[in-house]
Amino acid sequence: MKRFVLLVVSIASLSAQVTFDRILNAGKEPQNWLTYSGGTSSQRHSTLTQITPDNVKNLELQWIFQSRSLERYEATPLVVDGVMYTVQNPDDVLALDAATGRVYWTYNYQLSPDARPCCGRLSRGLAILGDTLFIGTIDAHVVALDAKSGKPLWNAQVGDPEKGYAITHAPLIVKDKVIVGMAGGEYGIRGYILGLDAKTGKEAWRFYTIPGPGEPGHESWAGDSWQHGGASVWVTGSYDPESNLTFWGIGNPGPDWNGDTRGGDNLYACSVVALDADTGKLKWYYQFSPHDEFDYDAVQVPVLADIDWQGRPRKVMMWANRNGLFYVLDRTTGQFLSGKPFVKVNWMNGFDERGRPMKLASAASSKTGTLIFPGNQGGTNWYSPSFSPHTGLFYIPAWDNYSSLYVKQDQDFVEGRTFGGGGPRPTGPATKTGVQNFRGDEDIYGAVRAIDPKTGEKKWEFKMADVTEAGILTTASDVLFTGGHEGYFFALDARNGKLLWKSSLGGEVRSGPMTFMVNGRQYVAVDAGNSLFVWALRQ
Amino acid sequence: MMTAFPMNRSIVCVLLLASGALLAQHEYTATDIENGGRQYVNNCVYCHGPEGDQIAGVSLFQGRFKRAVSDDDIVQIIRNGVPGTGMPAQTGMNEANARTIVAYLRSAAAVPASTLTGGNAARGKSLFEGKGACATCHRVQGSGSRMGPDLSDIGMQRRAVELEKSLLDPGAGVLPQHRFVQVTPKSGPAVTGRLLNQDTFTLQLIDSQERLRTFVIADLRDYSVLKDSRMPSYKDKLSRQELADMVSYLVSLKGPNKP
Repeated sequence: MKRFVLLVVSIASLSAQVTFDRILNAGKEPQNWLTYSGGTSSQRHSTLTQITPDNVKNLELQWIFQSRSLERYEATPLVVDGVMYTVQNPDDVLALDAATGRVYWTYNYQLSPDARPCCGRLSRGLAILGDTLFIGTIDAHVVALDAKSGKPLWNAQVGDPEKGYAITHAPLIVKDKVIVGMAGGEYGIRGYILGLDAKTGKEAWRFYTIPGPGEPGHESWAGDSWQHGGASVWVTGSYDPESNLTFWGIGNPGPDWNGDTRGGDNLYACSVVALDADTGKLKWYYQFSPHDEFDYDAVQVPVLADIDWQGRPRKVMMWANRNGLFYVLDRTTGQFLSGKPFVKVNWMNGFDERGRPMKLASAASSKTGTLIFPGNQGGTNWYSPSFSPHTGLFYIPAWDNYSSLYVKQDQDFVEGRTFGGGGPRPTGPATKTGVQNFRGDEDIYGAVRAIDPKTGEKKWEFKMADVTEAGILTTASDVLFTGGHEGYFFALDARNGKLLWKSSLGGEVRSGPMTFMVNGRQYVAVDAGNSLFVWALRQ
Repeated sequence: MMTAFPMNRSIVCVLLLASGALLAQHEYTATDIENGGRQYVNNCVYCHGPEGDQIAGVSLFQGRFKRAVSDDDIVQIIRNGVPGTGMPAQTGMNEANARTIVAYLRSAAAVPASTLTGGNAARGKSLFEGKGACATCHRVQGSGSRMGPDLSDIGMQRRAVELEKSLLDPGAGVLPQHRFVQVTPKSGPAVTGRLLNQDTFTLQLIDSQERLRTFVIADLRDYSVLKDSRMPSYKDKLSRQELADMVSYLVSLKGPNKP
């Protein structure tokens, strides 16, 4: 009789819905990957330990899903109880058997011809709550799907694609809400973040990333520039249940490369905002790059952890920013704790007592061109970092020795057209897809940098000949997975950066790896080129 | 808490150099100029010629234009063409690429024309294949080595003054794609070849026997990408007349006929 009860419980848990409680406690079911970053604190760290530094060399390719899209694949799949959910660019959704890759169902999204995302017709992933999947689309809809059948449950238009509004990131679930933000920073949008009712798609709250008249921060925009100031959102945020705050990184102000018409700090562009998850009200913010002219979007995943800070436990947020600096903030109050360059930086030379960067007078876009480190793609970018509570290290996909010449031009706003105000110019050999690499030692390069968050010091690095747009996954067995432009997917020892295993996939790795377990076997998955690759230990 | 970082001296130097190298109305990088040279060869050279002077009244490398004054004017003309004339609109070219062409033109304008005139291309060909021993590294229309850059259409790609400079001071400007690499395996002799590609774990080269070879970096004792040129200077090897002949020959190399 006891055995029968156990069996029933087992079946029930297999078919259980993904409650928000499960999402909050995602670390307790490491066989699953329930959010874009693996949990609401976004550490992209798994407690699975079957794959170790000793046996990772025995990884064997299990299956490949070749998407029917030539667009680059930047998504991280979800896995729930043996079923994988992922996207096919731009906005199709698939359910696959996570162990074999066989497709259960496909949802083909009918995209509006008005969609005009600046930088790729793609989606970075999904969210799940209950039996419902959620995708934000590049024509600015949020669609809810039945996770068992792929049938749409509701479809809410939340932005105007003709004006450049789009969604490219995986939504975040907090309690009964689906949270999404608007991309479109190159089109002169006025960015916002929405909390939608997960059952209906109805808007529960809206936070404008550029304050309107009468709101604090509005004065940080000269004249009417706030109306077209960008401040987009295109990478998934995080959530802290203790403070009930949801954290989102905000993109660059527009026009991107010419700040003349938008005098002031341009809040909350290039900032992290902490919002009350029930109301969307701003609790605090920290601006990494005031009055940015270098495209330093703060579109990084906010990584939350409780660490020992100067002798006492502290609830922090760790952030490797596109502007080349690694930050530690108090995530409850937003207090600046530390900031330090992790790559070559020449636009600032320190912080004042409030944590505001001391920007050099020379660090301004100009009509003749200004040489700035890091360059336009940043010291890092949207690529997911990882924090391992096991090593205590923060891992950054970094670009170093990298600069751009920033040239500004006058540009008037025209609705639905790009609104850049100039552009960056390359200063070194190309970093584009598919070119042969002739670089020398002094040229730009990519690296995995392991940083001790307590000091901001580099503990080790793994240098790559080419740059990287791959996210990083760590596991509790101290294996680190990542890749790069060269098309390798590889494993490093998270303690010292030693190469443990590699596989050449033939396509650039531009996604964050994830791991899961089915029937007692640990798998690791990553997108490269336009395919999804899945490995497990040889049996 | 105020935290100041020590300013990296090398960064300061780079900034000073950058501001000192002001060209015309915009500042351009070496990469801009290189990319612009390629765009010029692909899009402009068949009408304007490698010296930029094939259209009457226009001398692109001397800054003589019929309509354009500013850099922005040139960009606009490249992209939109000049209606009613032979200057077509480069409709597929974005502004950034058009601007690299301007970078190339402005850069070229800063270099005076070659003074090596009166050369004889036939004599130059003999020098190329004989005394100069150029074919031991370079290939022209199917003969010669593949070790160095193929020069079959070098006359379309480079101005006479640039070819002269390459002969006299070959180390002055080695393009990244022409870099050589020297590798020393843990076992076996060192190998030098032209770098074809590299990644974190391997590198590819063509060696002096024209073999395409891949080396696993973990199996090397040492390797280095060479920034200097492997080509000898002909400054003291050829007379002034011989240099003029050689330039004349190289200028005559226009590659296969194209529509």
